[in-house]
Amino acid sequence: MRFELEKRSERSLVMAWASPVIAVVATMITGGLIFAILGKPPLTALWVFFVEPFSSLWSLQELVVKATPLILIGVGLSVAYRANVWNIGAEGQLTAGALAGSMVPILFNSWQSPLTLVAMLVLGILGGMIWALVPALLKVKTGANEILVSLMMVYVAQLLLDWLVRGPWRDPHGYNFPKSVSFEDWQTMPTIGDGRLNIGIVIAVVVAIALAVLMRRTIKGYEVRVMGEAPRAGRFAGFSADRMVIFVFLLSGGLAGLAGVIEVASTVGQLQPNISPGYGFTAIIVAFLGRLDPIGVVVAALMLAVSYLGGEAAQIALGLSDKAARVFQGVLLFWVLACDTLILYRPRLVFGTTPEAAR
Amino acid sequence: MKNWSALTRRDAMKTALLGSVALAAGAAGPAAAADKLKAAWVYVGPVGDFGYSYQHDQGRKAVEKELGDKVVTSYVENVPEGPDAERAIERLARDGNQIIFTTSFGFMDPTIKVAKKYPKVKFAHATGYKRAENVSTFSARFYEGRYVIGQIAGKMTKSNVIGYIVSFPIPEVVSGINAFMLGAQSVNPNVKVKIVWVNSWYDPGKEADAAKVLIGQGADILTQHTDSTAPLQVAQEKGILGFGQSSDMAKFAPKAQITAITDDWDGYYVDQVKQVLAGTWKSTDTWDGMAKGMVVLPPIVNVPDDVKAMAEKTMAGIKDGSIKPFGGKITKQDGTVVENLDDGAILSMNWYVKGIDDKLPG
Repeated sequence: MRFELEKRSERSLVMAWASPVIAVVATMITGGLIFAILGKPPLTALWVFFVEPFSSLWSLQELVVKATPLILIGVGLSVAYRANVWNIGAEGQLTAGALAGSMVPILFNSWQSPLTLVAMLVLGILGGMIWALVPALLKVKTGANEILVSLMMVYVAQLLLDWLVRGPWRDPHGYNFPKSVSFEDWQTMPTIGDGRLNIGIVIAVVVAIALAVLMRRTIKGYEVRVMGEAPRAGRFAGFSADRMVIFVFLLSGGLAGLAGVIEVASTVGQLQPNISPGYGFTAIIVAFLGRLDPIGVVVAALMLAVSYLGGEAAQIALGLSDKAARVFQGVLLFWVLACDTLILYRPRLVFGTTPEAAR
Repeated sequence: MKNWSALTRRDAMKTALLGSVALAAGAAGPAAAADKLKAAWVYVGPVGDFGYSYQHDQGRKAVEKELGDKVVTSYVENVPEGPDAERAIERLARDGNQIIFTTSFGFMDPTIKVAKKYPKVKFAHATGYKRAENVSTFSARFYEGRYVIGQIAGKMTKSNVIGYIVSFPIPEVVSGINAFMLGAQSVNPNVKVKIVWVNSWYDPGKEADAAKVLIGQGADILTQHTDSTAPLQVAQEKGILGFGQSSDMAKFAPKAQITAITDDWDGYYVDQVKQVLAGTWKSTDTWDGMAKGMVVLPPIVNVPDDVKAMAEKTMAGIKDGSIKPFGGKITKQDGTVVENLDDGAILSMNWYVKGIDDKLPG
């Protein structure tokens, strides 16, 4: 007896919509069981996890702040992955973008005008692009595996950041502690309201919509999909695989760089050894959770942000360990992906003969 | 604070609705104990690291034990020193905590930012240098302990090579390396210190690798300024000696640990919370050492009695002020000589003393 997944010939539209709901319900039940085993009241725990992040203006703002970099990076990666190009190094491109953008406030500290911020954002995009160009060119010119090269570039970027903030870019009045000067006024993202919410989210949503249009309504989007699903057919149609690699790396790298500079110009407010809690890697999950669709990515990024904030709230309100919160995140991802798989595939128990015996 | 008069009726409706849903879900939570003081802690690592964060959490538990039903404590662990720190701190401030302890250097600017928004909440930030009306700073003179273990290491080494595993080249760590070396040199002029930077406060895998590398380079004693027990466990495996960091790690390596530099925050935390309760809290800068019991070395074992007696004599000297690790003439790595360093010089130290086999990064 064995277990098989068989591709469904037709996808149920109802199930496609119902699947996320089923996943969330299943997560609640599993999560409730876990909380009960840990000796926490399951309903309170679920309330803290899922509802509290939406219960005040402040936590809603924080939710959006947390989701902003995930959206920016996730939408870029979703296009790259659609083209079957595996950029794993968004974290490095984020760091490179943050570094490039920070040149403005650190090296030209007294320059204050709206153009300062524009220059920072543009440099951030360029920084991310340059970082992404390395694995792209190496793949095109030498056939080097882009997964490895882009991943290794992450460590190069992080060590470069580390060196800069401990060395040349260290705040001269900072008692030798590893951080740059604080960014002020036009060196930071304008905020919306009195919290940490800033115009970064506006940029992220505009980018997501633009990429959704690109993928659905333009030749370029068609090209991306063809090159991803049937590269041979794409070549017959006159599309260049090399140019596609470079295009998606520049796009995803540039967006990761933009996310990086927005982070240092908003939530962090300076350069320091840690500027991202792994957004570039989390965004890979976000991209897949959003089914490699830009609008889906926005929803997925918000969902992950909820689980982070909920986990934090649960620690405080219930004394739930940080580890339990992560397990809960894992359970959520498990059910979402499981439900998605079952839309595309039919599980089947095959009794009796094995393929060998049947032959 | 929010302008409450601007609250619309819709807001009120929403709040009421949320409240009723909360009740319906059976989530009324613990009854709000209005007369209890709420105190909270933010940790950079897991409370189960058996090192730095663990030791701070021991302090939190001491507060609970000492003040019993007068306080309610809570904590957030594993908070990265990045964009998430400000949110974690602000959440605690919004949660009604009256004093919040932020226990890692990287929480400095987030603490200051949140403190500005919540002027009624008190904050105490560990190992930083920015203070405000409602922000205190506190740290321990870890270097005093390092001078003592340096002396022990200087006496005990046979290869004259000591391995030192370190996290980040901030002044606290650099002054610790120097104090260790000065202690070692005070009893053994030929001693060498080899250094490996792991660029993390807590990374058992990297710390164990660093320990193996240092042993391979001839080190027969290990010490560390990172928080996991991994280096000591490697030392025990290889049959050499070492020192614990932040907390007493003897149970993880009973044959290898001579002693440890433990941070004892209990007294400080209890005192701070008591002051908030009494309404006498003021922003202060605390930097205590062995004399006040903030740096404590657990009983010295695995060494001959004369070494133990020497170390205990040194500790007594540090406590009564007759021995100052950074007193007297000190030769820097570049050959220049400095004398009797003051607190400011120790707090911004970015150079090595002579004899350290490493170049300071950055």
